[in-house]
Amino acid sequence: MIPLYNEAPVIGSVIRDLLPVFSHVVCVDDGSTDASADVARAAGAVVVQHPVNLGQGAALQTGFEYVLQDPQMDCVVTFDADGQHRVSDAAAMVERIRNGEADVVLGSRFLDGRTRIGSIKRLVLRTAALQTRWSTGMHLTDAHNGLRAFDRQVTANIHLTQNRMAHASELISILATLKPRWSEHPVEIIYTEYSKSKGQSLLNSVNILADLLFR
Amino acid sequence: MIIIVQLVLVIGVVLFSLVLIRGGSNAKHMAVRRIMVLLFAIAAVLSIFFPSLLSRLARLVGVGRGTDLMLYAFIVSFLVYMSTTHQRFRQMEATLTKLARRIALDEAPQPWGKP
Repeated sequence: MIPLYNEAPVIGSVIRDLLPVFSHVVCVDDGSTDASADVARAAGAVVVQHPVNLGQGAALQTGFEYVLQDPQMDCVVTFDADGQHRVSDAAAMVERIRNGEADVVLGSRFLDGRTRIGSIKRLVLRTAALQTRWSTGMHLTDAHNGLRAFDRQVTANIHLTQNRMAHASELISILATLKPRWSEHPVEIIYTEYSKSKGQSLLNSVNILADLLFR
Repeated sequence: MIIIVQLVLVIGVVLFSLVLIRGGSNAKHMAVRRIMVLLFAIAAVLSIFFPSLLSRLARLVGVGRGTDLMLYAFIVSFLVYMSTTHQRFRQMEATLTKLARRIALDEAPQPWGKP
């Protein structure tokens, strides 16, 4: 399941990479102002479309509620639209859920040496993970990774209310109260020029903090 | 003595603001807010006719001039306004999200067939 907002140049290839491995690809288009939704539909994904832009957290929640309508659904993976994740990582995470190893598998870019990352960004993400550890007691190494896999039971119990970027922290605190069997999985983040230019700037972490403090 | 009075005043202001901030849009808090507006109007009219009244009240509670008292009252009411507006915005956003999500889910194709 892909939350999608104005990623028309790359979303097509992301979906075409996913489809051979995952038969059901759902894009939640968060009121994109470019051709993202059409490109996604043409590439073969099911598109659920917000009439207005609400934020990534809202898109994720809509996606969860959509996939829960399918009685056959036993597992859902969230995947970023800008192509920074590897399909093979996602497949491995689903495999760990299907063979009963865990109910929730969270991607982490710090578990192996594959991801090349700037030192400032690394420091911010590590600090965020440390803060998460203190506030929830969950020993995460990477708190803001868009690649996550949930089984049906956990998905049904997620109710995100943070519409914007603070949903990542909210999700972890929901997991901390649900106490599913969870595990981290080493994933590679591919920082392309495109994802760098579109990705969250470090300043955005200030917004995340403010969203969390003044809710 | 003045310190104690000021302390009591500050605590009163903080408590009062908290009550107003915590309360959502239920009838009780609305009533409290309306009473406040009424008191404010009465005070305003009185201070027009008897300007010295405000200064005497200010001296009584130990904040100096009447204009200072006005300033403090203004700051408190502004903070209350800010937080109630913020709260209302959040509620509105939640409503909008629910509505947009309903539309999105209803319009989406359901490849597995409707139950």
